[in-house]
Amino acid sequence: MTVLVIAEHENGALAGATLHTITAAQQIGGDLDVLVAGSDCAAAAQAAAAVAGVSRVRVADDASLTGYMAENMADLIVSIAADYSHVLAPATTFGKNFMPRAAALLDVSQISEISAVISADTFERPIYAGNAMAKVQSSDSIKLITVRTTKFDAASAEGGSATVEDVAAAADTGKSRFVGVAASESDRVELTSASIVISGGRGMQSGDNFPMLERVADKLGAAVGASRAAVDAGFVPNDYQVGQTGKVIAPDLYIAVGISGAIQHLAGMKDSKTIVAINKDSEAPIFQVADYGLVADLFDAVPELENEL
Amino acid sequence: MKVLVGVKRVLDPQVKARVNADKTGIDLTNAKMTMNPFDENAVEEAIRLKEAGTVEEIVALSIGAAKSEETLRNALALGADRAILVQTDETLEPLAIAKIFKAIVDEEQPNLVMVGKQAIDDDCNQTGQMLSALLDWPQATFASKLEINGDTAKVTREVDAGLESIDVNMPAVVTVDLRLNEPRYASLPNVMKAKRKPLDKKALADLGLDTANRMTTLEVMEPPARDAGVLVETVSELVNKLKNEAKVI
Repeated sequence: MTVLVIAEHENGALAGATLHTITAAQQIGGDLDVLVAGSDCAAAAQAAAAVAGVSRVRVADDASLTGYMAENMADLIVSIAADYSHVLAPATTFGKNFMPRAAALLDVSQISEISAVISADTFERPIYAGNAMAKVQSSDSIKLITVRTTKFDAASAEGGSATVEDVAAAADTGKSRFVGVAASESDRVELTSASIVISGGRGMQSGDNFPMLERVADKLGAAVGASRAAVDAGFVPNDYQVGQTGKVIAPDLYIAVGISGAIQHLAGMKDSKTIVAINKDSEAPIFQVADYGLVADLFDAVPELENEL
Repeated sequence: MKVLVGVKRVLDPQVKARVNADKTGIDLTNAKMTMNPFDENAVEEAIRLKEAGTVEEIVALSIGAAKSEETLRNALALGADRAILVQTDETLEPLAIAKIFKAIVDEEQPNLVMVGKQAIDDDCNQTGQMLSALLDWPQATFASKLEINGDTAKVTREVDAGLESIDVNMPAVVTVDLRLNEPRYASLPNVMKAKRKPLDKKALADLGLDTANRMTTLEVMEPPARDAGVLVETVSELVNKLKNEAKVI
């Protein structure tokens, strides 16, 4: 039995999500291959070869894989899938894009966003925005799986010495073209990889008040996030959004400021190790998931927090 | 140009999902059901394309139990021209749904298929991608902006790193994200009119497809509950607990 992990990587470095996915693969068992696909990805392949537990890295380095377009990625995965019992990718927008496409081409179901490995064919996954967990057993000969990365620890990025081999990219379908990514301009740590996150909700009243959170974030080395209500109100850009329809994160510390705690938002942060809620409404549902609750006006509490740190 | 829009009937997102007594799924008895929110965005975008003159006809498709007719009537009230219901009482996996969708696409020959990026019940996020694979069409997932220029579409995608922009050849499958648009509400006169719009019902068995599920749900459980937290009185007490008790700062 050999398991394949599709690596997410950017600018020669493996994404943290890849290391978490590798841990899920190790829990399934068997040999572990990693596919690094993209253009100019030799450095990422070397990084993958150094990850503990990886036996072989396969590299498809081709201009047609720029931007990881789903059509070409799926064809590539299909071309090597017969070598594997399981194919895993992180359940990020990277993996979610091409994995179902590859699954359909192979005529197998995809098991989305697994949160636990029970056995080689049985997995646990959240449904209804994490309000229930389903234990599912797959009968497909090849199991295509996306992994909820916050539910698995990161594999060690060092200690491995896998072989690195080239694999041919599939022919360019020419059906789609990558134009570019407009990343939001911020020097701050990325939401999905931050160990501390401070988020603001509708209670922030205006985008002009977010610098207050940023100052606290700077002191803590934290990322800044937001609830959907704050994003919809135009306080901050979309990619700040934590929740079922935004980013699902599980930092060591999550500080929710002026966030009521809609089901939608809780789905994106309730796996955080420690949750702090600051809200003036003591009835707000966020307090039900908070380890530490502070019923206070955020406009008093946040500056005070900044001073105390 | 013709658009096919997929709509799924799901538990209303405002209703808390509860596991049923025999732990086989979610208790939907007498629960309030609604159109999957992401599908509402897909319907809205189709209507806007029609209002802009890009699209001539909008066909709404739902696959599910007889009551999915309500969801289709809602799509018709919003502005779809006609509807198709492929009726089945089984809970099908996205692969099977994609196969059914493909059969309807083969029949209807739309230039564009739009669906929500995921259904908020099973949270699979697969159907659009699978359908585009089966059709051998390009896909544009998680769209927050869509611009159609003749035989190509320019799509802005919401990705983890920010906003990605891609071009896809038409015909294409587009899966839509919440920020693509702000869905409208159906007016009462349109709700009345929708009752007379054509709705074609097909039995799943008549399509002659292999829609067997590949997965068995062994058990559905409540998520692990978090331990009850404590209320602190002051910011300094909070900072003290974070430093010395939780040891996270």
